[in-house]
Amino acid sequence: MSDPTKVKDEILHDHNHDGIDRRGFLKCMAWAGTGALCVMHGGVLKSYSLSSLAVIGDKEAKGDLSFVQISDSHLGFNKPANPDVAGTLKAAVDKINALPTPPEFMLHTGDISHLSKAEEFDAVEQILKSAKPKDVFYVPGEHDVLNDEGAQFRQRFAKGSLGAGWQSFDKKGVHFIGLVNVMNLKSGGMGSLGKEQLEWLENDVGRLSKSTPIVVFAHIPLWSVYPEWGWGTEDSAQALGYLKKFGSVTVLNGHIHQTMQKVEGNITFHTAASTAFPQPKPGAAPAPGPMKVPDDQLRGLLGVTDVKHVQGQHALAVVDSSLA
Amino acid sequence: MKRVGIAAAIIVALAIGSAVSMSLQIASAKGLRHTGPAAVAPGVPDPAKRDGFRAPGASTAEIKIDNFTFTPASLTVPVDTQVTWINRDDIPHTVVSDDKAIKSKALDTDDKFTFTFNKTGTYTYFCSLHPKMKGTVVVQ
Repeated sequence: MSDPTKVKDEILHDHNHDGIDRRGFLKCMAWAGTGALCVMHGGVLKSYSLSSLAVIGDKEAKGDLSFVQISDSHLGFNKPANPDVAGTLKAAVDKINALPTPPEFMLHTGDISHLSKAEEFDAVEQILKSAKPKDVFYVPGEHDVLNDEGAQFRQRFAKGSLGAGWQSFDKKGVHFIGLVNVMNLKSGGMGSLGKEQLEWLENDVGRLSKSTPIVVFAHIPLWSVYPEWGWGTEDSAQALGYLKKFGSVTVLNGHIHQTMQKVEGNITFHTAASTAFPQPKPGAAPAPGPMKVPDDQLRGLLGVTDVKHVQGQHALAVVDSSLA
Repeated sequence: MKRVGIAAAIIVALAIGSAVSMSLQIASAKGLRHTGPAAVAPGVPDPAKRDGFRAPGASTAEIKIDNFTFTPASLTVPVDTQVTWINRDDIPHTVVSDDKAIKSKALDTDDKFTFTFNKTGTYTYFCSLHPKMKGTVVVQ
């Protein structure tokens, strides 16, 4: 495992909305066992790779509100790409617990389990109990709603949610919205929110002032990462349309097992790494299945981040970092 | 190599559907040879799998799920064929017809799902977890 103290101040991304011309498609790979720390500074969300936490200043890490996103723990997966997904989830928790300022809560953006089995859900809950943040907000991945239309997921992880498990809540002036886009998928299609959820979303944000910072979290990306592999959500444009009036919107997704960022107008999109196994870059393999890397690399790459972010006065630079 | 196998399987399926001349043209045009395990014809009764309980003339066929792909993507079989899907991926998949009349549970690695097609017609199906995965069974 790499020594975190040797990692320079790596910041995955940092988005202001004041004249930064850093749009377009920024992509990179991240590796199992990582997660992201998200910190709100005056309505602007910054996120840091967990490997860089040892070198982030206390003041910087504290912010107005901090929380952690983890994703795609796939408990129950036991194939060569990672025969010990429980171990790597524990490693992610250890990273979270090493934060100088404990985050207030966690978001899990789905694929908690591999096969929606009770013992898989149990194992995740048990491992996450050892995390310092006690509150976890979940949205389901397609692996969490197998065979029962998500009934078990909602009973365990989304009590009080609406519909298929969507919800919203407020934390220190930030409005969080958890969306479900893994249900009722149509042949040939991608992720789907559906009419009922979209209506709920429109009403949910309709009452908010434009200055309210918004964080949306959902499993499948809400932007078209790679439609050929279904890495997108068919009706996301309608959802994002309801969020256009807000000054700061951050969208957090999982599903693709690698980090990617994109800025589009007022909306910044992020996907988180999996804690279980990596998947190929879009189009880099015949199919988006688990990617086997040499055993010594899977663990050895824990916490290695692949994008460095150097903060300037107003403009920010995102630089691909090597995995060395 | 794999693609050759897939094409060969489709060609054999077409041949069963009496499209012999067309399939031969395809085969000669692409220089394909019927080699490898995928060349075993889907839809053709496999004597080794027959048992005493199946009605005479009933047949079986297999569709493999591998690399997020149904193979063959299009399968033509006689009526009353028992079709079995087998998942060879590290990721679970499902088999769900577009009209939802056929619906498997999630198939983990090496799990199988079997459905017997009693009526002629064209059945289009997909994986409800990865809906870009689509396939067709033509029952004649």
